[in-house]
Amino acid sequence: MLENHKKLERNSILLLIFAVIAVSIGGIVEIVPLFRLQTTIEPVKGLRPLTPLELAGENIYIREGCNVCHSQQIRPLRDEVQRYGHYSLAAESMYDHPFVWGSERTGPDLARVGGKYSNSWHVEHLSSPRSVVPESIMPNYDFLSRTFVKTYELRDHLRTLKTLGVPYTQEDVDNAEVDAITQTMPDEDASGLQKRYGAKVVPQAFGGTPGTPTEMDALIAYLQQLGTQVDFTSYDPDYELHAAAPTAGGKK
Amino acid sequence: MTDTYAPAVASGGGAEPAVRRDGRYDEEVIKYFTIASMFWGIAGFTVGLLLALQLAFPAFNIEPFLNFGRLRPLHTSAVIFAFGGNVLFATSYHVVQRTCHTRLFSTKLAWFHFWGYQAFILMAGLGYLFGVTQGKEYAEPEWYADLWLTIVWVVYFINFLMTLTMRKEKHIYVANWFFLSFIVTIAILHIVNGLALPVSLVSVKSYSLFSGVQSALIEWWYGHNAVGFFLTAGFLGMMYYYVPKQAGRPVYSYRLSIIHFWSLIFIYIWAGPHHLLYTSLPDWAQTLGMTFSIMLWMPSWGGMINGMMTLSGAWHKLRDDPILQFMIIALSFYGMSTFEGPLMSIKTVNSLSHYTNWTIGHVHSGALGWVAYISFGAIYYLIPHLWKKAGMFSTKLISLHLWISTVGIVVYITSMWVAGIMQGLMWRAYDKMGFLTYSFVEVVQAMHPYYVIRAIGGALFLIGALIMVYNIWRTIELPDATPANAADPALVAAQ
Repeated sequence: MLENHKKLERNSILLLIFAVIAVSIGGIVEIVPLFRLQTTIEPVKGLRPLTPLELAGENIYIREGCNVCHSQQIRPLRDEVQRYGHYSLAAESMYDHPFVWGSERTGPDLARVGGKYSNSWHVEHLSSPRSVVPESIMPNYDFLSRTFVKTYELRDHLRTLKTLGVPYTQEDVDNAEVDAITQTMPDEDASGLQKRYGAKVVPQAFGGTPGTPTEMDALIAYLQQLGTQVDFTSYDPDYELHAAAPTAGGKK
Repeated sequence: MTDTYAPAVASGGGAEPAVRRDGRYDEEVIKYFTIASMFWGIAGFTVGLLLALQLAFPAFNIEPFLNFGRLRPLHTSAVIFAFGGNVLFATSYHVVQRTCHTRLFSTKLAWFHFWGYQAFILMAGLGYLFGVTQGKEYAEPEWYADLWLTIVWVVYFINFLMTLTMRKEKHIYVANWFFLSFIVTIAILHIVNGLALPVSLVSVKSYSLFSGVQSALIEWWYGHNAVGFFLTAGFLGMMYYYVPKQAGRPVYSYRLSIIHFWSLIFIYIWAGPHHLLYTSLPDWAQTLGMTFSIMLWMPSWGGMINGMMTLSGAWHKLRDDPILQFMIIALSFYGMSTFEGPLMSIKTVNSLSHYTNWTIGHVHSGALGWVAYISFGAIYYLIPHLWKKAGMFSTKLISLHLWISTVGIVVYITSMWVAGIMQGLMWRAYDKMGFLTYSFVEVVQAMHPYYVIRAIGGALFLIGALIMVYNIWRTIELPDATPANAADPALVAAQ
């Protein structure tokens, strides 16, 4: 066999072709089946794409590298479920292009941080983490409350994601800027925003001036919905077994 | 057939050094790549030290540009792609010419490769400081920088492959198998993982084509094989030329080269899912990833054994040759971290080690111990060779560099082992009543002394590298070697 290897050693193109074959097999076997969605992503109720303001917040989260220190992926281990909540489902990140699961927990997991702290706690904590958690080693993000979200760009962002398969409608895209602004105005009529993203989206003052969303507002809006969308009362962890059962019974 | 295997240059005979001085080989561009690698290396190590200090003392964060989250990709990209990349280009261009007995296919393409790649580093690095990132570890550059890198990389691929086809030697030397597979695999990984749709042609922001669980697996298929092919296969190519050269001995086993080369490149590709154990990635993919990660132990140690045993019959050289010491310590760290990696890929071990500083320690035993040390060895070999000097300015300073940075690495990785295992155990600790014993922030607080110790280890490593820069500078300033002492001792010995 080693004598035959001399053929490869004497022909650079042949060596190249064999190397490409060797490195392709593993990737194809592991990645291609993942796109068969019905076995990869569990069916859940309550999931929606991010509102334009939350999307702006997710982009700030990525821009600042929050995912470098904070994971968004709770593993099905006793202590993690107790500390952070229900383990993460594949469905919960299906609209994230790309995923932000992270790989380190220099800071705590944020997959279910939504609703755990008040908006004003987040403002205080992001501006100056050690003023609320003295032992924290997180950097200050004070500048976020002084920087405004470029709401006029959000339409392009939603359109791009729609092209990539996130279920935004044309109406969602057209109203991106209005919806982002409305979400920071508690006293305005929010029927349009709620019709598009659900009644759970309640406009509120995240800390800045209503009607002029800052990056702080957007980031907090994003954090406050993390892990809150899935309706766990209707989630069935054994959905594959239960889906198979009626068919077996039907044959009798 | 003998079971030993010498670099093909050996057949060039005694006449070869004379031809070389007539400018037979392209060496100017290799000098540039070498200097660039040291420049980016120092930059990357310095940012690393700053990050270590930020974790120990958060006052070192300066918002917004110098916050930890923005600096971290600057550090990883600078050390992996800028330092490691430039070393790989310098050595692959050097090795392919020597072992093929030919000039580069195109000097112009090599220069385009040099300047194009430095431009990519600047594009990517400046982007991070301004918050331009795709947010995928080790694949942070945005779409425009990714496109530019693709062009530069294809030029590199063409130049390397065409040089191989122009060779005057019948056989392709084993180092070039590794370099070739590194170049082509990185191209595949980069292109697939980088697929993204820009928000508009004037926007720096893009959205990945893949989402959620698929994007996670594609990212770690990329990420783990950036380790496997950029930081392993490429540097093994380097090892297969410079270790035999410096030791003056042929490679230990030709058969082992073949077996470990093919098994390494075949198995590495499967190991990506071990970064996603216990996540929402389907179980079958996690199990595949874990299984292949454990199998990977064997081909990795095949490379280590082949490198170390090359010293058979020449172990005495290890006593007083600090360049050889760098290379052998590199192989030892390679062996250690490729044992630790499969261990951490076992699901039960990973449940403890994942998300902790143990991972950081593991990465740095590979990056500082293996990648940087084999690079330092190769650069110490290359500098006098390229600048036609009799040797490095000071062997004592090489030795000093070796010991300062080795102490630094040991301090670094042991502090991270202790910190990581402690972190994992504290997170899962329960008291008698069945409650979690520690709040998250108590664990953060417990990390503080280890973060300080780690910063000291990193500082020692940086000091060692600065000594190296001084030594290189003094070497280049030395008068040129006379023809009598310019004869390459390693080259003669390799016959």
